[in-house]
Amino acid sequence: MIAGRRGALVGAALLALGLVLPFLPGVYIIFAIDLVCFALVAMALDVLLGFTRLLSFGHALFWGGSGYVATILIAHGITSFPLALLAAVAYAFVLSALVGAISVRRSGIYFTMITLGIAEIQYFLAYQLIDLTGGDNGLTVATRGTFFGLSLEDDHVYYYLVLAVTAIATALAVRIVTSPYGAALAAMRENETRAKSLGYDTDRLKLAAFVFSGTLAGLAGALYAIANRLSGLDGVDWHTSGAIIMMTILGGIGTIYGPMVGAGVFQSLDYFVSKTPIGDKTNIVMGLVFAIVILIARRGIVGEILHHLSARAPRLVEDEDDPDLLVPDISAETA
Amino acid sequence: MYMLGAFVAYYGAQLLHLPFFAALIVAPILVGAFGLGIEVTLLRRLYGLDPLYNLLLTFALVLVIEDLMRLAAGALGSPYQAPDILSGATNLGFTVYPTYRLFVIVVCLIVCAAVYVGIERSRLGARIRAATEKPELTRAFGINTSRLVSGTFAFGAALAAFAGVLAAPNTNVAPNMGDSIIINTFAIVVIGGLGSILGSIVAGFALGVIAAVGAVLYPPISNTLIFIVMVLVILFRPAGLFGTPERSA
Repeated sequence: MIAGRRGALVGAALLALGLVLPFLPGVYIIFAIDLVCFALVAMALDVLLGFTRLLSFGHALFWGGSGYVATILIAHGITSFPLALLAAVAYAFVLSALVGAISVRRSGIYFTMITLGIAEIQYFLAYQLIDLTGGDNGLTVATRGTFFGLSLEDDHVYYYLVLAVTAIATALAVRIVTSPYGAALAAMRENETRAKSLGYDTDRLKLAAFVFSGTLAGLAGALYAIANRLSGLDGVDWHTSGAIIMMTILGGIGTIYGPMVGAGVFQSLDYFVSKTPIGDKTNIVMGLVFAIVILIARRGIVGEILHHLSARAPRLVEDEDDPDLLVPDISAETA
Repeated sequence: MYMLGAFVAYYGAQLLHLPFFAALIVAPILVGAFGLGIEVTLLRRLYGLDPLYNLLLTFALVLVIEDLMRLAAGALGSPYQAPDILSGATNLGFTVYPTYRLFVIVVCLIVCAAVYVGIERSRLGARIRAATEKPELTRAFGINTSRLVSGTFAFGAALAAFAGVLAAPNTNVAPNMGDSIIINTFAIVVIGGLGSILGSIVAGFALGVIAAVGAVLYPPISNTLIFIVMVLVILFRPAGLFGTPERSA
């Protein structure tokens, strides 16, 4: 579904939604910026989770880490937005290459625990290097910097910049997962032993996916931190890694666009619930919704829609029911 | 579960004037029953799928329960008093140590030993190990594996509640008290080796010591040490210090 006419249609629809989002009634512009940043990071996680089945419980490492790099640079007088962003993305790139190199050889819970463990190490570093990160208080900066002379302090200008970056990154991700490399990833996901025996270096395939995913997550985190002119400990906390996973699965793994929808739904729901008497205890609702998705709709919002659409098409009826639904529905993808 | 146990003890004390020792028994039973309910109604549906779904579902439940408790009890912790007999300090000859902490150490050692013997040496323990390693084969021998798994899960929840009650007088009773330990607990279990009780016990004590020594030698590192150890263990001994090798890498 990602490729082809239908994929292009979904992508265009999402982009159109992104373009009008700030003008929709009740949408606060900072909320819109946050939403797009989370859409980007959820999409980034999907490249890894949906296409290699590796569940990273440590994407806060890149999200929060790059956020810190960007704000630290700005705090030290490097007010060129492209420079701060580039450095933050480079940080995520190097870090994901290192973490990936040691983690992708492990699978299942062990991979998850390595990513979680390393993210926690960074969390405690951020907590303790108070001179650099502000520790508990976080690091606040006065400016978003300038983009080749253009001031980014206007929220709408910044929003459209973030949207453009996200659109480009998404197009790139779509291009990658529909490329021969993406096909190799899918082959590996379906049957790793067979992919190996066909001569694919599966560890390298996974590493590349991990680095791509981690780098994009860092990009999203840096955009988010600069938007709020703030890096805080909650960005590197494991709850953030968990929230990113929730958005990705909620939207539908392996569908690239799905997690972006998931992030939007997650953020909106979180926002609306926080306005009810429940207040900041939004996890009561978020956790319940996520539990329900895991129990009865593991394909996620977009995944389920696609599944029902393709189930109606007669040529796809012989859809074998894979009990292990961490694999996205291939029949829907190739449609 | 750990947090819930402490809360049951706390409410028990507040509402029913339940003494500490009674709480130590009642809280695990209530939480164990609750764990059983969750296992039977929710987790059971996910068996046969990727085990990561279990992790994610429990993560979701933790979020829900934690925030429900915050809603019910407020975010701030409440102090919980240890019973009078256990307050004060005891002279051990070489050092003077708070009596309550000494009590906790002794009780933990006894419980750990009992669980270890129960799992590794008893008939029931052998069945539980069989049910987790080769469920189909165990079922073929006429053993009700799903009941065993439910029981084990409930027992695990009860033990966590027990630990929560024990910890309550030392820390505060707060909804996020589980938060600070859940990651450490996971790390300890992985380091010790999944499915190895002895490994978890040894790793738990060893890491407590390592973290304490690290805190003395170089304070900033004490929090991260456990994760550094975990990552190293996964890399070089993926099955954990006491585990049997991973079946499918």
